[in-house]
Amino acid sequence: MQDIMFYMFAALTIASAGVMVFSRSVIYSAVGLLFTFFGVAGIYVLLAADFVAVAQVMIYVGGILVLLLFGVMLSQRVTGVNMRTETLQTVPAAIVAVGVLFILFRVISKTEWLVKAKTTFEPTTAKLGTLLMTDYLIPFEIVSVLLLGALIGAAFIARKG
Amino acid sequence: MPVLSANHAVINALSILPTFSETLTNVLFMVLGAVIITGLAALLALVSVYLERKVSAHMQDRLGPMEVNTEIPILKNIGHGWAQTLADAFKLLLKEDIVPAAADKKLHLLAPFIVFAATLAAFAVLPFGRNLIPSDLNVGVFYLIAISSFVVVGIILAGWASNNKWSLLGAMRSAAQIVSFEIPASVSVLVVIMAVGSLNLGEIVEFQEGGIHRWLIWRFFPFNLLAFFIFFVASLAELNRAPFDLPEAESEIIAGFHTEYSGMKFAMFFLAEYANMFLVGVIISTLFLGGWSSPFGSFLNSAPFQVFWVFVKSFAIIFVHMWLRWTLPRVRVDQLMYTSWKVLTPFAFVSMLGVGLWMILIQ
Amino acid sequence: MLYNFATILVFLVFGCLFVGVNLLLSRLLQTRNPFPMKVSTYECGELPEGDSWIQFNIRFYVIALIFLIFEVEIVFLFPWAVVFKHLGTFAFVEMMIFIAILLVGLAYVWVKGDLEWDKPKQVPAQGLLP
Repeated sequence: MQDIMFYMFAALTIASAGVMVFSRSVIYSAVGLLFTFFGVAGIYVLLAADFVAVAQVMIYVGGILVLLLFGVMLSQRVTGVNMRTETLQTVPAAIVAVGVLFILFRVISKTEWLVKAKTTFEPTTAKLGTLLMTDYLIPFEIVSVLLLGALIGAAFIARKG
Repeated sequence: MPVLSANHAVINALSILPTFSETLTNVLFMVLGAVIITGLAALLALVSVYLERKVSAHMQDRLGPMEVNTEIPILKNIGHGWAQTLADAFKLLLKEDIVPAAADKKLHLLAPFIVFAATLAAFAVLPFGRNLIPSDLNVGVFYLIAISSFVVVGIILAGWASNNKWSLLGAMRSAAQIVSFEIPASVSVLVVIMAVGSLNLGEIVEFQEGGIHRWLIWRFFPFNLLAFFIFFVASLAELNRAPFDLPEAESEIIAGFHTEYSGMKFAMFFLAEYANMFLVGVIISTLFLGGWSSPFGSFLNSAPFQVFWVFVKSFAIIFVHMWLRWTLPRVRVDQLMYTSWKVLTPFAFVSMLGVGLWMILIQ
Repeated sequence: MLYNFATILVFLVFGCLFVGVNLLLSRLLQTRNPFPMKVSTYECGELPEGDSWIQFNIRFYVIALIFLIFEVEIVFLFPWAVVFKHLGTFAFVEMMIFIAILLVGLAYVWVKGDLEWDKPKQVPAQGLLP
């Protein structure tokens, strides 16, 4: 049952990612992205990562996608529903894409993954909280500085534009 | 040899059977829950629409709908136009679905699906009683905040697909408003989580059981009361209700993002809006007002009464929402942003700091 | 846990089914008679003027950006709030540092006026003032 669900979510993710990439209209790409995020959240659930799944929906659908849509509305030269994107720089893009794919593939195949005998479904939130406050304290505090930098930088650039 | 392996296959199949039937019962329960909650959401939306019309009418010294009735003996005596919204629903069912020629037909159709399905999915985690939680999710509150983001995307899509000035303006206003008020709302939810130590909605209610004095609204006075007010105001804004109904300001932008929607598609948005109102009522009563637990401790706290209390508390919140609508004038957009970012957000953090210090120093 | 998420999926499917069935039912019952005037874009009874596309105020985008940063912060706050009771003072101080750094960001956009929206100009009514 879980396997069937996994393949369903994986198919949804890949299909909607395809829509996102190949659609000529930015807004259809955004819709594709919506279903991609949903599919990824489903896969997280099947990996017993309940908190991450919900956080994924919250940040990517609620934050990034809304930001993207706002950005689309702001951009020049967009007219109604007839908005189109064009494919530019096909060759450099293909080289970069293949390169990234190669690196990802290397990393995935070379990494020695921790293999768990059986997936156990239990609440992860409290564990995450404890780990953030103990083992991963320094990265956690650095995240706040990073976010601050992102906020100030983004606000600065937006004001200029 | 082949006989043995065939036997093995049979045994394997038999050992799968019990787990399979268990899965089947579980799936049946899920489907049953979904059917009941879908019906409930639709029914509650209809009731809320009727209540809104009645409450607003009486606040303005009118009577509101009085005429629509049936010939069925007992129901006939209720009167007060009780069948008005039912008649409206049937009217909308028969209405022509006009799709503007300039609209993007596919997205115009997709938007009501996203908005309604997301609203209904939020209902899945609501606790209606101790064992009456369709999905007892251990990240319940967090999930509620996350699922509402689908509604934002649905609204923007509806506005865009309509290809109409008012729709797009309304959708953008609506999205910006929901997004702005999500921060103070989430922080005031965190205040509750800190005290309870769980994201599970059922556990949040159990923490408050034992009478009105145990409700989270009174704890850490006045910090939780502050969080309650912040959440309440933010919920008004997220529902696009007066005094924050700029996205649907009739005098400026007609009907906001659903200007170009008619017939059943419009009805779906309308239904989702009022279902959302009830949803927020249940969330507020769960987080701050003890949810299903009786205000009198163990008195009147049996299962049927638990459902009763959830409804009483939620409709009390909804009534205040309606009351405010006919009391306060609409705010301007700069006042709206001021309220969210410069008043509610700082005060939400103050409330969090206060509760944190209190818990450390006193406990 | 998996069943709880599966229930949510069932709810999502049912939400779509409910909308689908209603739209289909309505489609079968309604009389359809679209003509050019009826399916033209609504604009208060006038012929639509120009495009629906308007250059939106950059502030919408800035608001969404600030929101995104704070949302990421809040996602970090949730696991902390769950274990706060058990971890006590040290965790509280750590989190206050985290929040304080981000509130610097809020203070920055506040001071720089990114949270300001256009206010209507206060024009005194003519003839009423001396």
